[in-house]
Amino acid sequence: MCGIVGLFLKDKSLEPKLGKMLTEMLITMTDRGPDSAGIAIYSEETIGRAKMTVQSDAPETAFKDLDTALSEAISASVSMQVRSTHAILDVPTGSTEDVRSELTKLGIRVMSRGNNLEIYKEVGLPQDVAAQFDITTMSGSHGIGHTRMATESAVTTMGAHPFNTGEDQCLVHNGSLSNHNSLRRKLRREGIHIETENDTEVGAAYLTWQMQNGATLGEALTNSLDDLDGFFTFVVGTKDGFGVVRDPIACKPAVMAETKQYVAFGSEYRALVNLPGIEDARVWEPEPATVYFWNHKETPSATEKAA
Amino acid sequence: MQKIDLSETGLRAMNKMLHGQSEHTNQTTWEIVNPKGSHAIACGLDAPIEVTVKGSTGYYCAGMNQQATVNIHGSAGPGTGENIMSGKIVIEGDASQYLGATGHGGMIVVKGNASSRCGISMKGVNIVVQGNVGHMSAFMGQSGNLVVCGDAGDALGDSCYEARFFIRGEVKSLGADCEKKEMREEHLALLQQLLDEAGIDADPTEFTRYGSARTLYNFDVDNAGAY
Repeated sequence: MCGIVGLFLKDKSLEPKLGKMLTEMLITMTDRGPDSAGIAIYSEETIGRAKMTVQSDAPETAFKDLDTALSEAISASVSMQVRSTHAILDVPTGSTEDVRSELTKLGIRVMSRGNNLEIYKEVGLPQDVAAQFDITTMSGSHGIGHTRMATESAVTTMGAHPFNTGEDQCLVHNGSLSNHNSLRRKLRREGIHIETENDTEVGAAYLTWQMQNGATLGEALTNSLDDLDGFFTFVVGTKDGFGVVRDPIACKPAVMAETKQYVAFGSEYRALVNLPGIEDARVWEPEPATVYFWNHKETPSATEKAA
Repeated sequence: MQKIDLSETGLRAMNKMLHGQSEHTNQTTWEIVNPKGSHAIACGLDAPIEVTVKGSTGYYCAGMNQQATVNIHGSAGPGTGENIMSGKIVIEGDASQYLGATGHGGMIVVKGNASSRCGISMKGVNIVVQGNVGHMSAFMGQSGNLVVCGDAGDALGDSCYEARFFIRGEVKSLGADCEKKEMREEHLALLQQLLDEAGIDADPTEFTRYGSARTLYNFDVDNAGAY
């Protein structure tokens, strides 16, 4: 099953409540998947700085003086904010690849990188994972969340969603991909880094690969309809927007709501019932094989027919 | 009228109250408030009562219904009215996928649109949709009628048996063994009767009838190699 939620705020006054609203939505979806949970939040950026979310199973030792060590290694200032098993590194723009190679040497996993994106995910119920990282206090412009019922691979932190694709890009998935093994081999040959045996990570890597080769996110999602075999409802987050696409059979449920204040996504309507003004929202089911995309910069509710 | 606040009563207690109504109950009108998209609201009813749900419902609302009338003042989640045997379900908003799946009898009316697989494996239920229906609607439909005042998506009536489909708008594509049929007097009369029962004002002559070409009924020896 799996449960997905997404919230894209148009009304800036709601931004301090983003973490709280997303957490409530995700907790409602708990019985769609109790294995692991995760939330991606797009919060404010600092000009000239980039953010990396990193994770360790032994945070006390791994994160001890990590900022100092990284500052010395890349000869630039790095600051760090630890949240349980995760830490947010504040690094100079353009240094994320150098920092990543240092982190690899230290055995610390990178969950996300970008200017705005932070990803928090762990094994456990949405309520516990949200409490572990204090997500209800977080503010941001948009975010997506996922609660997992594992089908294709092990229940681990790295198998939890959201998956970071490119800079400031992430993906959550409800469904299962059946051609992920052959596609993983193909993408690895193309030089794309894939960490786990998880099917969704291959979906995320596919989008990264497409975009590295010049596709826009909309084009990459459209192409995914041809190249990915299996069931999927994807919700993707980007620096200033979020998108939704369902496979042509569209077995996996999806419902969306839009008001003047927000665009919201839920695997079920239950996830949306406590949003402000939901009674008067436009509520609809996204069409199969159709890419939907909302962007803070452009006119909202631009939809592109994909197939 | 009996009023139930679902957020206070809880789903099981509410359904138990509704199941407790007999053939001769004098509590014939019920209203459910605060449904908040909950699953299995008013499932398995078997009494001549009228239940009105004030808001949107989740999975399987009014599934296995017998005798009762269930009105949904909102939109309905996946599998609404699954295996309905008799009675009536009226959805004021839209309906999600596999509406009325395997329904044996009774009627389902949708004032908005219905999603994919509407009436999948229908076995006698009548479904009237004021808007459009999604892809694979009436897949393997065996008996009953699907009336669509708007358009139908891909693969309408794929592998259908004797169910009838009346579509006013366009059909994106027909499924395997589904074909356009002649609209005779008896079909116009039947369609008028279904529209009247659904309370929808539409002219039967504007509809096209579709049904089974009956070429999949018997094994064709030429296909032996395919197995």
